[in-house]
Amino acid sequence: MSFAPELHRELGLTDDELEAIEKRLGREPSHTELAMFSVMWSEHCSYKSSRVHLRDLPTEAPHVLVGPGEGAGIVEVAPGVSVAWKIESHNHPSFVEPFNGAATGVGGIVRDILSMGARPIALMDPLRFGPLDDDRTKYLVEGVVHGISNYGNSIGVPTVGGEVVFEDCYAENPLVNVACLGVIEDRLMHGRAVGEGNAVILIGSSTGRDGIGGASVLASAEFDDASGDKRPSVQVGDPFTEKLLIEACLELVRNGLLAGFQDLGAGGISCPTSEMASKAGTGMRLDIEQVHLREADMEPFEIMISESQERMLAVVDPANVDQVLSVCTKWELDARVLGEVTKSGRVEVHRADEVLADVPADALAEEGPVYSRPIEEPQWLRDLHAAEVGDAAPPDLQEAFLTLLGSPAIASKRWVWEQYDHMIFLGTVQGPGGDAAVIRLPGHEVAVAVSVDGPGRYCYLDPYEGARLAVAEAARNVAATGGTPLAITNCLNFGNPEKPEVMWQFAEVVRGIGDACRDLETPVTGGNVSFYNETNGRAIYPTPVIGMLGSIEAPERSTGMAFVAQGHLIALAGTTDPSDLGGGEYAKTINGRIGGRAPRLDMGAERNLHRFLIASARTGVLASAHDCSEGGAAIALAESALAGDLGFRVDLGEGEAHRVMFSESPSRAIVSFSEDRLEAVRSLADETQVTLTVIGSVVSDSLDFATFAVARDVARDVFEGGFSRAMSASVT
Amino acid sequence: MSYLARVDVMLKPGISDPQGQTIEKALPVLGYDGVTGVRVGKRIQLEVEAASEDDARTKVQEMCEKLLANPVIESYEVMIG
Amino acid sequence: MKAKVAIVVFPGSNCEQDCHRAFSLLGAEPVMVWHADTELPNVDLVVLPGGFAHGDYLRTGALARFSPIMSAVQDHAEAGGLVVGICNGFQILCEAGMLPGALRKNSGLKFLCKWVTLRVDNADTAFTSLAAEGRLLKIPINHFEGNWYAEPDELDRLRGNGQIVLRYAENPNGSLDDAAGICNEAGNVFGLMPHPERACEELLGSRDGRVLLGSLLDRIESSRKASA
Repeated sequence: MSFAPELHRELGLTDDELEAIEKRLGREPSHTELAMFSVMWSEHCSYKSSRVHLRDLPTEAPHVLVGPGEGAGIVEVAPGVSVAWKIESHNHPSFVEPFNGAATGVGGIVRDILSMGARPIALMDPLRFGPLDDDRTKYLVEGVVHGISNYGNSIGVPTVGGEVVFEDCYAENPLVNVACLGVIEDRLMHGRAVGEGNAVILIGSSTGRDGIGGASVLASAEFDDASGDKRPSVQVGDPFTEKLLIEACLELVRNGLLAGFQDLGAGGISCPTSEMASKAGTGMRLDIEQVHLREADMEPFEIMISESQERMLAVVDPANVDQVLSVCTKWELDARVLGEVTKSGRVEVHRADEVLADVPADALAEEGPVYSRPIEEPQWLRDLHAAEVGDAAPPDLQEAFLTLLGSPAIASKRWVWEQYDHMIFLGTVQGPGGDAAVIRLPGHEVAVAVSVDGPGRYCYLDPYEGARLAVAEAARNVAATGGTPLAITNCLNFGNPEKPEVMWQFAEVVRGIGDACRDLETPVTGGNVSFYNETNGRAIYPTPVIGMLGSIEAPERSTGMAFVAQGHLIALAGTTDPSDLGGGEYAKTINGRIGGRAPRLDMGAERNLHRFLIASARTGVLASAHDCSEGGAAIALAESALAGDLGFRVDLGEGEAHRVMFSESPSRAIVSFSEDRLEAVRSLADETQVTLTVIGSVVSDSLDFATFAVARDVARDVFEGGFSRAMSASVT
Repeated sequence: MSYLARVDVMLKPGISDPQGQTIEKALPVLGYDGVTGVRVGKRIQLEVEAASEDDARTKVQEMCEKLLANPVIESYEVMIG
Repeated sequence: MKAKVAIVVFPGSNCEQDCHRAFSLLGAEPVMVWHADTELPNVDLVVLPGGFAHGDYLRTGALARFSPIMSAVQDHAEAGGLVVGICNGFQILCEAGMLPGALRKNSGLKFLCKWVTLRVDNADTAFTSLAAEGRLLKIPINHFEGNWYAEPDELDRLRGNGQIVLRYAENPNGSLDDAAGICNEAGNVFGLMPHPERACEELLGSRDGRVLLGSLLDRIESSRKASA
């Protein structure tokens, strides 16, 4: 044997997996080959625990040009206009080193988009942390936001929306997911190593020891108290190089110089080389000495799995190689011909005369283990359903309202998004703070609306229902701006899949997503699975983050969420079930309870609401529309008022005040419109079978619920200050 | 001959230093009282070919004037060897 | 005849497309110029756009000012041509000594992307002639290092000459004297941290950027007429 007997375990492979490799190769793997298998067969790269469930998701539609399996999904949003859309996670690295973990998360997803030949034009960052009254959480929030800000701003891609959520379960396992939208400017690229004799070129940063055993290994094992020394593994990003990479690569695509293209991320060089060859049914022969190294003494296996950032792999016709190299030189980027495409079907890695690796591409990219892990509904779920919902009335309704309004969950996240350039490219018609971001596509009349949502608490109470609610909410947010929901990308964040209850949660969530996507006709274009988000045995809530993409005919036809003028009528579209407090913000924040069932979703009513909102935007009858979610109608009203620097006077009708105010029934929106549009709005509601109830009107400077009223300025101070005050009460 | 030069670039006295101030506020919270005058700058290290130590110093000082420091807001100190 | 505008692109610049779009919208003829070129085309105005030229390494703008194109930009300014540096461009002009002072980290030590209100404190410049003195403009900022500083004597001189052209109504970053935009003594080189190119369309939040960019184009047109 050429290596220590336990090396495979150190690299994250089980004894069975090693045996499978030996069987496939008909011999023991070399050191280099073992490293390549360890990353390609890791959970993060091979999806070995999730594949059996993911295969049931709906992935096809006429407008989905590329589905799961490539760098990013591609959706046609208007005739001849296509966008790339994908979400990725960088959870474990962000806990270890928040600034660089988050920054490189941005870098990675941007390269995924770039690999399709698309220009990245928008980012969204759904973030999840533990409770904010902990200094460690503040440190993570500061670091993550700073990391995303520094990287995203430097590469010149606007961050147009996201989420910041706080739950106990994320304390040791923060979730840093990043979604990226791109636009196909010229042609679509694919990750296939076509053409025997074509050159294989590595473009970008030099290869160092970043992330050796990084994303792959970290994401394939839980944290424990010994995780402190995982720090050296974390990748460090260089946004300046990424910016040059974006411009150089788009120039290469524009000039038709690339035959195949893929990004490097988890798994390093091993990944695109094996995947591109496998997809094309070809092979690659590489000379490891051609790799541009940052550290001279790297071993071949380190070179093959290093996760150094800002690198892309191109397959280029020999006639174009000189031009490719010269474009890279102009943009001050390194580009090296590593080898060529062969027809052997194998990935061969050489160093002078020595063969370091010779493995069938399929074995690495396609034949990873597929596990049907045991699933079992957890016993504690029954107890959780029977537990107190936390729906008792508050001693003081006004105080409860203000407490919710100023809670970190609900308060304005301006502290976060003012650190992000959300305006570059002159495309942000609606930016952070709204339901969905609305982005005008350069050079085209059409706009897209994108939203990210991941109600983990609902999924904790009801994985299947929670997942349906997640998809519905994301679609509703898009529809609120006037967008027609088209497709989703999803980031599935879960605990340890080797635990049957986690696997059960996963299976149920995926089932819920599948059903909801079929009902809403929004197929899954791709996404990411992040397992092992557990520390010392405590798992996060099952947290599917849904990135919904929709289209709007013209940017002027989008609807904002802010009230616009005094005297406008305010209506509730949809119906409120006063018992929908389970798993909601009121129960958790005011009564300290998480129990019962998640709100019930009537998908028919949800679809009707979307139709109403979309038709309203098209005809321009509404002044504003805002989806009801955390904190219910009361919070939605407050948000719409404060965004417009106005107030309201409403009567939410019969029923216990705290229930009608804070119930989180889905399929609802708060809308406003001028009085002369009442008939038109009613008529649209009737046509779409949406219950529309006029509840009051927009006033100038108070938030008046009839039972109590709060001065607008007081409410503004609470809403704008809630989160930033909590953050400032920190050491740094 | 090759000389190792170390350059410390600091903000000129009198120029406000929010980074320094922030650190100064953080230290007592960690239990370190009696710390004042925290200023944050940068250290640049380089190896320079020169005929003598004086020659090296002169060269590096020129580099500071032209590029390594911004004379409007920064001062510098050159250490050779 | 359209005003000709050169937009200099450094490796790491990222607002050049937005500048191109804004100037096109206003009826000018913008053209991109690569930082490594040694000559400028025949233009009326040179724009140094926002971004992170050379990654902002060492200090923001420190390396960019040595780019080959900069001596042509300097010649253009010395011959009386108009130059405007926006955000990173302003930082580069200060490093190059074409504008006084230096830009430092925001006093709040955070990157800031937000709408601000600027006040035109000198309406008698090529950059502000379309506004009345005291006019308020809604224009966004987007920077980590927008805190302008000049030595006390220099500051007095600039104030006396009316070279502090735009000020923040509410200082977001600690800039001395609330300075948001300044010009050189000759009045043909301008630098400002806010981004007027991001405020040229109502759909995006404000058209006030047109007042500033439009003033430049207006000056170009009058100069043409004068010399015709």
